[in-house]
Amino acid sequence: MPKILTRERLAPNLHLLEVLAPEVARKCRPGQFVIVMPDEKGERIPLSIADWDAGRGSVTAVFLVVGTTTRKLAALRAGDELAVFVGPLGRPSEIGAFGTVVLVAGCFGIGALWPAARALKAAGNRVVALIDAKTAELAYWKDRYRAVCDKVAFSSRDHALGSNGFVPKPLENLLEAEAPVARVIAVGCTYLMYASAQATRPLGIKTIVSLNPIMVDGTGMCGACRCTAEGRTKFACVDGPDFDGHQVDWDELFMRRKSYFDDEIRSLCRYEESELA
Amino acid sequence: MAEDKNELAPELKEKLRAEFEQDWRKELRKSVPAKERMKGTRQKMPERAAGERRRDFREVNQGLTAEMARAEARRCLDCANPQCVLGCPVAIDIPSFVKLIEKGEFLAAAWKLKETNSLPAICGRVCPQESQCEERCAMKKASGVPVAIGNLERFASDFERLSGSLKIPPLPPPTGKKAAVIGAGPAGLTVAGDLAKLGHKVTIFEALHEAGGVLIYGIPEFRLPKAILKAEVDYLKRLGVEVRTSFVVGSTATIEDLKGQGYAAFFIGSGAGLPNFMKIPGENLVGVYSANEYLTRVNLMRAYDFPAYDTPVFRARTAAVVGGGNVAMDSVRTAKRLGAERAIIVYRRSRVEMPARIEEIHHAEQEGIELQLLTTPIRYIGDANGRLVAMECQKMGLGEPDASGRRRPIPIEGSEYTIEVDLAVCAIGQSPNPLIPQTTPGLKMGKWGNVEVDWATMATSLPGVYAGGDIVRGGATVILAMGDARIAAAQIDRFLRR
Repeated sequence: MPKILTRERLAPNLHLLEVLAPEVARKCRPGQFVIVMPDEKGERIPLSIADWDAGRGSVTAVFLVVGTTTRKLAALRAGDELAVFVGPLGRPSEIGAFGTVVLVAGCFGIGALWPAARALKAAGNRVVALIDAKTAELAYWKDRYRAVCDKVAFSSRDHALGSNGFVPKPLENLLEAEAPVARVIAVGCTYLMYASAQATRPLGIKTIVSLNPIMVDGTGMCGACRCTAEGRTKFACVDGPDFDGHQVDWDELFMRRKSYFDDEIRSLCRYEESELA
Repeated sequence: MAEDKNELAPELKEKLRAEFEQDWRKELRKSVPAKERMKGTRQKMPERAAGERRRDFREVNQGLTAEMARAEARRCLDCANPQCVLGCPVAIDIPSFVKLIEKGEFLAAAWKLKETNSLPAICGRVCPQESQCEERCAMKKASGVPVAIGNLERFASDFERLSGSLKIPPLPPPTGKKAAVIGAGPAGLTVAGDLAKLGHKVTIFEALHEAGGVLIYGIPEFRLPKAILKAEVDYLKRLGVEVRTSFVVGSTATIEDLKGQGYAAFFIGSGAGLPNFMKIPGENLVGVYSANEYLTRVNLMRAYDFPAYDTPVFRARTAAVVGGGNVAMDSVRTAKRLGAERAIIVYRRSRVEMPARIEEIHHAEQEGIELQLLTTPIRYIGDANGRLVAMECQKMGLGEPDASGRRRPIPIEGSEYTIEVDLAVCAIGQSPNPLIPQTTPGLKMGKWGNVEVDWATMATSLPGVYAGGDIVRGGATVILAMGDARIAAAQIDRFLRR
């Protein structure tokens, strides 16, 4: 079973997981994900790939602690094994020489967008990052972004980050300052991606989002992750996870992500009771 | 297709004949006159009471006792020209194993089965015998009631497993050749077993975290206990087969990558892992599932034991399952077991066209499943939170037979009505999974996204790459997949030794 090399807290509730998975590491491309299951009674959940090192044979993901599965993952340490770590899954992000690209990254998406930031810069783009974080402590990997991006700005109300508002305002400001912007890529919570797509729609700027519906197998077999894009039902695991944000049925996505809300609370209560006992 | 045959291959005919002529068989035939054999009544499979079993996931059928099995085996006339073998996609020597049971040599019967079928305990449970071996049984022609071949197959293989004397056949010296099998479903497990027994080094690559394919994620515990599948997989491991789970060929490594690792031949058995939907309004409401998702949550992920297991599944008050095949039956009986007050099959044709095994339909009805036949959903209706609350249906009439030979359903205008449901499962079939075709340049595909093969050899357009089961057929049965696999394994063996 895949062994954990590193598990560390990057910010409150945000953790990094580096796993020894040499075959996966050889194949990773920006925008792909892995399916992880912490133990044999666990749930299979998708995590975006945040980094990899083919030489070391490792793959890194960043995740937000929300439910039982992510709480279990956050409690693991280096040397522990996972029941499942399979991938890389999904279509890779489109990387090309577009011109100026604005990356909107929040929460786990700061990690998830990092491979694209690196690849877009290498492909000759002007890369501008807008990191969304409630407070300065939640903005991790700032140095990594500063190392490859032409500019790094923040979407926050924490003055320590030099920003006084959340997306859409700071995004609109950037789009104006950096015009013409060829493409926006937003990865993070569903609301951040939705708000980014709303902001770019009137300007007609192509906006790619990485959808995060509930998944089970992650290989197209079950259809749990179906969403509507371009007016048709798509499976986010094999047709995505990247989609044109202007073509996504966001209401449906918000709704489907809440499918098991009550069960998730029940599961979490049970987990916490057993952990505290 | 390969399974449409009316004549046994000459070498098989000869082999059956030689067995038929053995002294013990002659004596056994003579010991009971055919007239006497005809008098026996078919032994009824003992099953748990419907009222009890519809509340849990334990197996419904309990298996024949030794006495029952011998009595049933005695009904077999031991025909000189056994038609039952023709009806079997893997051409099991049915008379030999049945007569060994009659003789009381249950272990020998199990070994006889394993000569041609590596998964008899599974086939004895999930094969549609009524349309295969038992359909052609001489006893059916003579008395209307065929010998219970499937139940006997199950009996012999269960006997072997429970006896603890699982026989590992003597393995030939290793050939030093490596074969990769993609997908640990019925086809892949069969190919792996056959190739290992021929001395090749076999690795099965499975995308999910447990081996079995549809046998683990699809077919529920109450029809095929996981312990039986596990025993079959363990048997393969003892033959030297390596099983690599959580490895997606096409993503984790391509066929080309695996060639670089020394794999010389390939079998693609990646199945029909792409669920079909009807493309009607409301299909993405919360509470509408594909059968694949519903069954995977319950079977592979053990959602029936939530929250002890972390994966949830909806527990409905009224569940509707759309479709008339085995997957639909499995889904609707699962919904009942998860506490549904009403669990309904909605099927657009009539009962005689239902593709499910007769026993499954029968068991479902005993468990209180309702059948709404000649009916199709036309729209799902949700509440303000996007949760399914009802489905609108339309009645259907039957027209002329279509390409499948079944009468074509025709909507009846003005017959629309609404049923309140809080769970709907779409079990209308599935298409081949596109992952491997997409990542394997040069692999020739058919128009339904299936891998094209030469039916005589199961060879694909790429040298050394073979395929079988649902990736080729697009949604068939366990035994047809195994039949493909046997042909492919023999050809892969030839290819590796060329």
